Amino acid sequence: MTTAPRALDVVVIGGGPAGIMAAVAARRHGASVALLDENPAAGGQVYRAPPPGFAREVATSSEQVDGDRLRALLAASGAMTLFAHKVWSVGFGFRIDAIGPDGPIALTAPKLIVATGTSERVVPFPGWTLPGVIGLAAATILLKSQRMLPGRATLVAGCGPLLVAVAAGIVKNGGRVVAVVDLDGPRDWLAPLPALMSRPDLLARGARWLAAIRAARVPVLLQHTLRGVREEGGGLRVTVGPVSVNRMPDAREERTFDADCVVVGHGLTPSTDVTRTLRARHRYDAARGGWIAETDEFGRATVPGLYVVGDGSGIAGAAAAEHHGELAGLAAVQDLGRPPSAVRSRQTASARKRYDKARRFGGAMAGLMAIRPAQVAAIAHNTIVCRCEDVTRGEIERAIDDGAREVNQVKAWTRCGMGPCQGRTCADIVGELVAQRVGGREAAGYFTGRLPLRPVSLEAVTGDYVYADIPIPKAAPL
Amino acid sequence: MSSDSPVDKGSGDDRATGLRIGAHARGAAIEFHFDGRAVSAHEGESVACALFAAGIRTLRLSPRTELARGMFCLMGSCQECVVWVDGRRVAACQEPARAGLDVRSGTIEASP
Repeated sequence: MTTAPRALDVVVIGGGPAGIMAAVAARRHGASVALLDENPAAGGQVYRAPPPGFAREVATSSEQVDGDRLRALLAASGAMTLFAHKVWSVGFGFRIDAIGPDGPIALTAPKLIVATGTSERVVPFPGWTLPGVIGLAAATILLKSQRMLPGRATLVAGCGPLLVAVAAGIVKNGGRVVAVVDLDGPRDWLAPLPALMSRPDLLARGARWLAAIRAARVPVLLQHTLRGVREEGGGLRVTVGPVSVNRMPDAREERTFDADCVVVGHGLTPSTDVTRTLRARHRYDAARGGWIAETDEFGRATVPGLYVVGDGSGIAGAAAAEHHGELAGLAAVQDLGRPPSAVRSRQTASARKRYDKARRFGGAMAGLMAIRPAQVAAIAHNTIVCRCEDVTRGEIERAIDDGAREVNQVKAWTRCGMGPCQGRTCADIVGELVAQRVGGREAAGYFTGRLPLRPVSLEAVTGDYVYADIPIPKAAPL
Repeated sequence: MSSDSPVDKGSGDDRATGLRIGAHARGAAIEFHFDGRAVSAHEGESVACALFAAGIRTLRLSPRTELARGMFCLMGSCQECVVWVDGRRVAACQEPARAGLDVRSGTIEASP
C-alpha cells in the first residue's frame, strides 16, 4: 500500500562522515531530518561498520574509533535514519523515493543534502572483466568489513594511497601479495609531501603500510602498469610492464606473475548521479576527481535548496568530509529561515577552520588519484570500456568517427553507459576518450542524469496494492 | 539456467579457498544454495563475498558477448554481481547471506 510522502525539513542522502555530520548539525538546531543510506549501518566506505555478528578486532583501528564516534552522534541526534534503503528517484521540490526492507517509501523536504561519496575509477585493460579482478575499494571492504583476503596470491595494481593500504592490509592479515604494481614513481609520491605534513598521524600510518610491505619482501614495481590479465591453468596470468610515456610499449620489458586475484584501482571519482539528475550546474576539475557540482563553500549547488558535501563534491578525504557536512547542515538551517544565532555562527566558523585544514591533506592525496590522460589514450581498441553493454574502445572511436561530438551521442549510438550501472563505471573513461577527440572534457560533456538511480523492479516500486485502490478521476463533464 | 551452464565453478566449500580471516570472529555458520549447490557462509557476510570465499567467482555471463562476470566494486555501484535471490534480481554484494536462500546465476537467457 503506497502512503503519502513524509514531509521533513532536511533529507540527507548518504550516511558517510559528510552525511552524518550534515544530519547531526541540522538536527541540533531543530530541523526535522531524515538520512538514507543503502548500507545496513552508517559510516560510509572509510568508516564502514562491521557486519552484525562479527567480533571486533582486538586492536581497534583509528577508523573504527572515528566511525563509532560518528555513528553515536547520529544515533543521539534524533534524526530519522533509513538504512538498507536504496534511493532510486529524486525529484524537484524535493521528493525522494527509496526502496527499503519494508517496501517503497517517499520523503519530501525543501532542503536536500547529497553526500553520496565516490566510485572507483579503473582504467580498462585486457582481462579487466574477468572474475577475480576486483577494485581496490572492493578489496578494502573485503579486508576491513567482511574480514576476507581477496586471494591466496594477490597482485595489487594502480595508483594512490589505497594501493599501499590494500597491499599492507593483505600482508598484515596473513595473505600473500605477489607484487605491487604502481603507476607512480618516487617523485610522484614526494610531490604532495609538504601538504601531507599537516597530518603527521596519517603520514605515519602510510609509513607503517610501506614498512609492512617491505618486511614481507613483496616486489614493488614503480612506474609500472598492467598490460593484461588472462585465465590460465585455473588462475590468472598477469602481464605488467613499465609505464610508457611518449613511446610504444616494449614487450621485452614485460614481466608476468601468477595470481588468483588481481586488485586494481586508478583513483576515485565523485558520484554525481543525484546532482546531474536535478540538473545542477557542474564543472570539470581533474584535481578533485572529475566532474563535480558547482557549489559555494557551504555546499550550496546551483539548484536552490540542494547541497553537495564530502568527496561527492570533489575529493578531499574522509576527515574533511565530516566538517564539510557540518557546514552544509548549518547552512541548511539558516536557509530554512531560522533566526540568526550566535551558537550557530560560532559552530560555522569552527567547522570552516577544521574543514580548510583537513582538505589540504585530502586534496594533496587526490592529486595521486587523478585521471592520467596518457593511460586512457593507451587503451587497446578491442578492450571493453562499458562492462554493462560490452562496448569496446573501437566501437566508441567509430561513433566519434561517425560524428558523435559528446558523450550522450556516444551513449545513444553505442549503448555505452546505458546499462544497469547507469554509466557509473565507464563515464569518466568515455568522457576522457571523447575529450581526446573533441578538444577537452568540457566539450565532451557528461552523461545526462537519468532515473532510476539504481536498478529497481517494477514490483518493488509499486509495492502491494489492489486495483480498487487506484484512484480513478471522475470523467470530465461533456 | 541449465545445469551444464559455464557459470559453475568452485567447490562451494569454504576450506577450498581459506580466504576468511580469523574464523571465529564472524556470525553463525549457515548454508544457502547457488544454482542448486550448497554454499557454506556466515551471517553478516554478503552473498557476493560468501560465494567468493567459496571459490564461486563467476556469477553470470554478460548479455552481449556472454563473458564471465563476477563481483567487482562491492558497493552496489557496478551491478556486475547481479544474481537472482529467491526470485528477486539483486546485487549480490548488497544482499546479506541468510540460511536457505535460493541464489541463481544472474545470466539472462536470450530469447530463442
